[in-house]
Amino acid sequence: MNQNVFKLTLPILFGYLPLGMAFGVLFTTQLDHPWWIAPLMGLVIYAGAGQILAVSLLAANAGLVEVAVAMFVLNARHLFYGLSLLGQFRGAGWRKSYLIFGLTDETYSLLTSRPRSGDKQHEQAVDFRITAFNQLYWVAGCTVGALLGEWVAFNSTGIEFALVALFIVLTIEQFKALGDGFPVWTGALAAGIAMVMVPPTHQLIAAIAIVTGILLLHYRHHCATTSQAETSHD
Amino acid sequence: MTDGYYLAAFILVSALATLATRLVPFLFFERHTEHPLVQHLGRYLPAAVMALLATVFLQRSANWGAGIPGLDALIPGILVIAVHVRRGNALLSIAAGTIAYMAIQQTGILTGGY
Repeated sequence: MNQNVFKLTLPILFGYLPLGMAFGVLFTTQLDHPWWIAPLMGLVIYAGAGQILAVSLLAANAGLVEVAVAMFVLNARHLFYGLSLLGQFRGAGWRKSYLIFGLTDETYSLLTSRPRSGDKQHEQAVDFRITAFNQLYWVAGCTVGALLGEWVAFNSTGIEFALVALFIVLTIEQFKALGDGFPVWTGALAAGIAMVMVPPTHQLIAAIAIVTGILLLHYRHHCATTSQAETSHD
Repeated sequence: MTDGYYLAAFILVSALATLATRLVPFLFFERHTEHPLVQHLGRYLPAAVMALLATVFLQRSANWGAGIPGLDALIPGILVIAVHVRRGNALLSIAAGTIAYMAIQQTGILTGGY
């Protein structure tokens, strides 16, 4: 079974090693903390974009409330992964907590796209190993990167741009999957408003509040127009 | 020492906030997956948050007091978009933009003005 799982997760290995290394290098070159904190974060937080954002929040000595809100909202997409896996994880017993903890973008895409047999217990055991293999790759990447950043002397000025680049890439990916520019412009607009109106320490929270507000208004408007369409049909 | 406490608290808060995003559906939404508001947010929120973060951090990495304001971050940013639209390889796009930004910052060609 392990060999099969390894084959299945190979693409994730090629994604997680370099991204984990990027995080590790960023961590040790930007911050003064011991290198092993980087793999520790990979172990207990286990979120790519979240950990890379954490480096810049740590560097800025961000308040813990801001950290909580920023991490929650950045990872809010996981909420919707869970929603679509409620049935698949049902009855997984002791494995369920780890399956939930380890639900990253990549693991989600693998768990939802791989072929499944009728044997639910067996499939949940495979899901469990996929999740564990993926986290192993991630923690390995964090470790190697952290040690590289610690041992190899190079001018790392500007390396923090990896965070911006990652967010741009993820925005493009979201846009491609959705085929709708509305949320992208909403997010950029909210950020713009927050940057003009609010001091830097509160910009993230303000922008997130604005985005949520606009999406709720958009939802109400959406409901109003659909129910109007329905009543005019009657 | 306070530094150590802050770091420990920081990691704990980050871990709990991240775990919450994964755990909440299993705790509270077993019966609400079909609610239209949940589906609406599921559809639009992730893209909006990514665009928000990209904008905020792009702005913060730029030097707005340079000869041509912000160009030192806008060029690498546009490079990321161009490479990603053409090749669709996330790591390649991130590497291209980051190396370009590092080169600009370390040579100081666009950050002049001081």
